Amino acid sequence: MTLTQADIDREIAAEHAAYEKRRADGAPVEHQPRRDYAPYRSSVLRHPKQPPVTIDVSKDPELVELASPAFGERDVTEIDNDLTRQHHGEPIGERITVSGRVLDRDGRPVRGQLVEIWQANSAGRYAHRREQHDAPLDPNFTGVGRTLTDDSGFYRFTTVQPGPYPWRQHLNAWRPAHIHFSLFGTAFTQRLVTQMYFPSDPLFPYDPIIQSVTDDAARQRLVATYDHSLSVPEFSMGYHWDIVLDGPRATWIEEGR
Amino acid sequence: MTKIDTSRPQTVLPTPSHTVGPFYGHALPFPGGGDIAPLGHPDAITLQGYVYDGEGAPLPDAFLELWGADPEGELAQADGSMRRDPASGGFLGRNGVEFTGWGRVQTDADGHWSARTLRPGARGRNAPYVSVCVFARGLLVHLFTRIYLPGDEAALAADPLLRQVDPARRDTLIATRDRSGAYRFDIRLQGEGETVFLEFQ
Repeated sequence: MTLTQADIDREIAAEHAAYEKRRADGAPVEHQPRRDYAPYRSSVLRHPKQPPVTIDVSKDPELVELASPAFGERDVTEIDNDLTRQHHGEPIGERITVSGRVLDRDGRPVRGQLVEIWQANSAGRYAHRREQHDAPLDPNFTGVGRTLTDDSGFYRFTTVQPGPYPWRQHLNAWRPAHIHFSLFGTAFTQRLVTQMYFPSDPLFPYDPIIQSVTDDAARQRLVATYDHSLSVPEFSMGYHWDIVLDGPRATWIEEGR
Repeated sequence: MTKIDTSRPQTVLPTPSHTVGPFYGHALPFPGGGDIAPLGHPDAITLQGYVYDGEGAPLPDAFLELWGADPEGELAQADGSMRRDPASGGFLGRNGVEFTGWGRVQTDADGHWSARTLRPGARGRNAPYVSVCVFARGLLVHLFTRIYLPGDEAALAADPLLRQVDPARRDTLIATRDRSGAYRFDIRLQGEGETVFLEFQ
């Protein structure tokens, strides 16, 4: 039987209700999705069933995971953060500027670290050979960007507004427009890959991927804010999105910074 | 909501993770991503394996990041893992001399991955290991595990994590050496022989 949006809607509602019940029973806020979130079907065979083994990082400053790989000026080129300048011509679409800060759980900026992004073009198509959606490819848009955060933890990208796209998990499944982000912190434990969304997207309630974050406030943290001060006159619309990396870091190294 | 107020700890809350999805292949992998060992280095080792799902099917759409110490147990601070060519915008690759300690390798159509790095040295009370972060379509939050190398049974027996792990699952964290001398480390995301995954607090 064909899986419909109504089937997925029911599952999303049930997962949300189950989270509300856990909260009412005194369970902590869940900032992260559960890996076994079944409305996103690809998770079903790809999540561990055994609980993770916990490592208390405060007991051992020598852990490899408390340091992070380094990236520098050699690893990015000057125009990597401008996705509209990577080809001979201009990509089609609404130009946008996306900027914000990368922070740790103490609100401190993550400096000089690598931020990578990738996205669909303005028609909702990725420049990836396995992508079968028959929206047009844009010869002037690859949809890949990189940058290093500055001394205040800021990153900044110029790109085009990505389009929403269908993805066949169920009948009439559509992903809300989003930009994928990959981030490093000061510790490998802070590694994060996530997706940034745009304000007021009507597809949010139907999408099991954004809904995998069942906590309403946590889900809102995936949505950028329109920021007129970031809009560039005669050029681009501005969006602000701050990112807070989860995961412990080595506090004893950072003292005095 | 997405301008974080850093004046109070209650408002600095983590950004949730999401899956990498199926279409990261033109963005994240880079040439030489698994060639972490400097060229001709006497302590170079080869790591390889498969990534499997809960039905034992290999994953053609996963990637791993490896992060490890050098043979003296020192953590690299060198950048240059994905050196770029400012002229073409392409990748120059690593310079073959410096050790950055970090690499990124994707599974191929058979679900197989491989990398060459330096044999890690021990740090503190820990037996030598390479930290691994697993990403895949379908995986809503990445997974951490570790590759320990076989051989030094005393060091493995004293390792704080390996002592903590259920003895029946301990071997999922220890690579095996095959006839070619390469170390084999398979990752099973679910089910029989499920790899031990880690959470840091």
